[in-house]
Amino acid sequence: MAEIQALFHGFSVAFTPFNLALMMAGILMGVLIGVLPGLGGANGVAILLPLTFAMANQPGGATSAIILLSCIYWGALFGGAITSILFNIPGEPWSVATTFDGYPMAQQGRAGEALTAAFTSSFVGAFIAVLMITFLAPLVAKFALRFGPREYFAVYLLTFCSFIGMTKSPPSKTLAAMMLGFALAAVGQDSMTGALRMTFDQVVLFKGFDFLIAVIGLFGIGEILITLEEGLAFKGMQGKINMKVVMQTWKQLPKYWKTSIRSSVIGCWMGITPGGATPASFMGYGVAKRMSPNGANFGKGEMEGVVAPETAAHAAGTSALLPMLTLGIPGSPTAAVLLGGLLIWGLQPGPLLFQEKPDFVWGLIASMYLGNIAGLIVVLTTVPLFAAVLRIPFSIVAPVILVICAIGAYTVHNSMFDVWMMLVFGVVGYVFKKLDYPLAPLVLAIVLGDRAEESFRQALLGSGGNLATFFDNALVGSITALALAMLFWGPIKLVFSRLTGR
Amino acid sequence: MKRNAIRKLPGVLAALFATGTLTAAAQGWEPTKSVEFVVPAGTGGGADQMARLIQGIVTKHNLMKQPMVVVNKGGGAGAEGFMDMKGSKGDPHKIIITLSNLFTTPLAQGTPFSWKDLTPVKMMALDQFVFWVNSAAPYKTAKEYTDAAKAAGPGKFKMGGTGAKQEDQIITVAVEKITGAKFTYIPYKGGGEVATQLVGKHVDSTVNNPIEAVEQWRAGNLRPLCVFDDKPMIYKTKVTATMAWSDIPTCKSQGMDVDYQMLRGIFMAPGVSKEQTGYYVGVLKKVMDTQEWKDFMEKGAFSQTTMQGDEYTAWVAKEEKRHEGLMAEAGFLAKK
Amino acid sequence: MDEASDKPAASVRAADLWTAVILFVIGCIVIKDSLRLGAKWGDSGPESGYFPFYIGMLLCASSVANFLLAWFKRRHETFVSKESFKGVVSVFVPTVVYVGLIGGVGPVPGLGIYVASAVFIACFMRLLGKYGWGTTAGVALGVPLAFFLLFEKWFRVPLPKGPLEALLGLA
Repeated sequence: MAEIQALFHGFSVAFTPFNLALMMAGILMGVLIGVLPGLGGANGVAILLPLTFAMANQPGGATSAIILLSCIYWGALFGGAITSILFNIPGEPWSVATTFDGYPMAQQGRAGEALTAAFTSSFVGAFIAVLMITFLAPLVAKFALRFGPREYFAVYLLTFCSFIGMTKSPPSKTLAAMMLGFALAAVGQDSMTGALRMTFDQVVLFKGFDFLIAVIGLFGIGEILITLEEGLAFKGMQGKINMKVVMQTWKQLPKYWKTSIRSSVIGCWMGITPGGATPASFMGYGVAKRMSPNGANFGKGEMEGVVAPETAAHAAGTSALLPMLTLGIPGSPTAAVLLGGLLIWGLQPGPLLFQEKPDFVWGLIASMYLGNIAGLIVVLTTVPLFAAVLRIPFSIVAPVILVICAIGAYTVHNSMFDVWMMLVFGVVGYVFKKLDYPLAPLVLAIVLGDRAEESFRQALLGSGGNLATFFDNALVGSITALALAMLFWGPIKLVFSRLTGR
Repeated sequence: MKRNAIRKLPGVLAALFATGTLTAAAQGWEPTKSVEFVVPAGTGGGADQMARLIQGIVTKHNLMKQPMVVVNKGGGAGAEGFMDMKGSKGDPHKIIITLSNLFTTPLAQGTPFSWKDLTPVKMMALDQFVFWVNSAAPYKTAKEYTDAAKAAGPGKFKMGGTGAKQEDQIITVAVEKITGAKFTYIPYKGGGEVATQLVGKHVDSTVNNPIEAVEQWRAGNLRPLCVFDDKPMIYKTKVTATMAWSDIPTCKSQGMDVDYQMLRGIFMAPGVSKEQTGYYVGVLKKVMDTQEWKDFMEKGAFSQTTMQGDEYTAWVAKEEKRHEGLMAEAGFLAKK
Repeated sequence: MDEASDKPAASVRAADLWTAVILFVIGCIVIKDSLRLGAKWGDSGPESGYFPFYIGMLLCASSVANFLLAWFKRRHETFVSKESFKGVVSVFVPTVVYVGLIGGVGPVPGLGIYVASAVFIACFMRLLGKYGWGTTAGVALGVPLAFFLLFEKWFRVPLPKGPLEALLGLA
């Protein structure tokens, strides 16, 4: 096994006291970045990139530097779940699905359990993805090449279909919410023709509506407004906050092994292709809700509803590094910045990187193993700390959250207009929630709407406008068919149970 | 509370003073606060990479007393960043790196902005464009390829590129005009993605910048046909087993007289003083003297043309005229 | 809760109807702009306005459906009671003022995010939370200061600053 040998060599590269210290520092910094919505993973890594320059001078320095950066990346992935669970504010697109069950759990005083489940699932997802990278790298890298525009569109379609019809809201309201999301996603420049859509010559609209601003408003501000209806007499959450909760949660987690495996597979697939962590988390949640016997309880604080999206998001986030290393295409904005970092250190990602810089590549992969384990230990020890945040009285926490929201909205594009938009979205979130308009399809449409449209139009440009292109070969055909099957899952299940049942 | 605040105040102030820099410049002008480095494009692209490299070099070699902060303002094909600079009249703590969208964005979108709203500082380099096909394709020369595309008729050959009505599509149209071939142009978000799509055979050719495609070339997945310049590139170190950048023929020598390079240059806001631009010219000169910069130039096979002052201004003016001509021919100008 | 405070500030029906109307108007704006861009199926797939056009249509159609549903259902439950609404407004209005303070409104310059945050947290805790001056000052000064060090000094993310920072030579 050449891989094993190379990997152990990698461990010897990564396993120095200096590098281990870097990992710890990186994870902590990453958690901090993930917790503050203003410092998303991409931002955080970009900001810290120049700081790592000094390191690149020492022998093996480039490896140390990239270990630090990738640990920040993993820390940010871990950290994104924290605000989602505690305050219903997803710091990253892929944490949105975590709020669906994580926040209700926190409201029931089970924040510690939710955090433990989220962190542990993240670890499991990432670990399975690293295993895959270790042993299947060359194989899967080739698979990624088969994805062109039509395959991408099929994947986005699958994401939408696996998620549609899951809400109990009236269909006309679900449709209205989703269409509003698509409309918001379309604002700004049309990447296919360069035309400006729905900007009405206002420069502030050129950049479109960033997902983060919508989400901070809809979820964060909206939730605070709803909480306020009960008045400010809101007492701190009661709940046991000691390390016992970790062990208790761990006892429950193994029974969700099926969900973990499903989500890991979805995550690895989305990470490699690279559809990315966001579709992975939504798809993971959607599939788990359909397949799980607890499916009906999803959205009410079901631990499985935290396990599914977190596992998928992290499997995707980790395996996204594979196409980045072997093809030079980043699977996420954060990966894009990491890619820039590699280039600056003279490490050109590409098909030859594995052969020419084995020290670096296997050092990095080894650091994924170590970094993940280190990360899990670090973040688990913070569980009681973060769960305790909920004990602080609301009239102290609320203004601080609002300040963090404002900073987060501002930093996305350094624009005050976005902060105002955040407030507007806050009102929308409040009203929608009270009127039973579902927020999840709205957010999903904002996140994936323009990407789906873009790949659809790229595919049709290629086929000369022929829709049959989405069934053209086995790969795209089967994804499209799967998507349609998901869409009509209800009726199909009914027919199936009739045929087998009676 | 008052007592409390007063007790705290001196400490707070001391902390703020200690961290903020109050040292005045010894001579000439120097930034008195952190400098915002605007990138009118998203993270991870060519301009972003160069900006972050410059930021890194400045930090590493301590070339500026104040920090440099990279900020991406890529909305509306860079219009967001340009309008921001236009609105920061007289602000010496803002610089912007530009690419061809300095010309193409206002021309294609009718954005109320022109390069004259900026103060030219220094041209850092010119980025080359190379005509690429998949190495499994039978075409060995640009002529063979365009002839095949012409023979196949419109809509059969797909050209992948970055963005719409920007440099890649301008070159595509120029090639079409000269050869009579007709490509289906498919816009993607980034250059790396375009190169990968070519490797995966989802498109038939691209006009990627060298740095975007070099690794796939080295791995034997892509084949360069020609470079869109009137002379070959200068880098003679072998990139693959048999070829160096300098071995790629010019497109002109292949009967395709298309000459296009992309500006990678630095500008400041309008209304800044000569002293202030002079300071940045000095810093950027030092950046260009570092080994990191030279390595980056070679890796990306950049044309190391550099200019400043009036020469640079004149070059930009000429280049705008040229873009207007190219885009008018291609029908990309905004409807007035 | 007594009778008076339980009075509705708005009924679900009214809120539903208004939301439907607003979404319908947004749909119309989307359709109008799509037609400007061209909403046909061009030579090579859909034009710029093709998708937005149908999105706008669906948004309008679903809004009509929501309007009719709300109209005929005659749900008179309370959307929000006066008492609750007061709670919401008592925080939302200060938040709007806070955002105004950060960046200024129109020609009035803002205070910057740090000063505005200190004022906002202080007012919130003092007036709504009824905390003593000591705790209030501690949180109201400590949090912005921590953010200042974190964003400006450590991560070098420039946030909006105002006259105080300029005075201290930090802007």
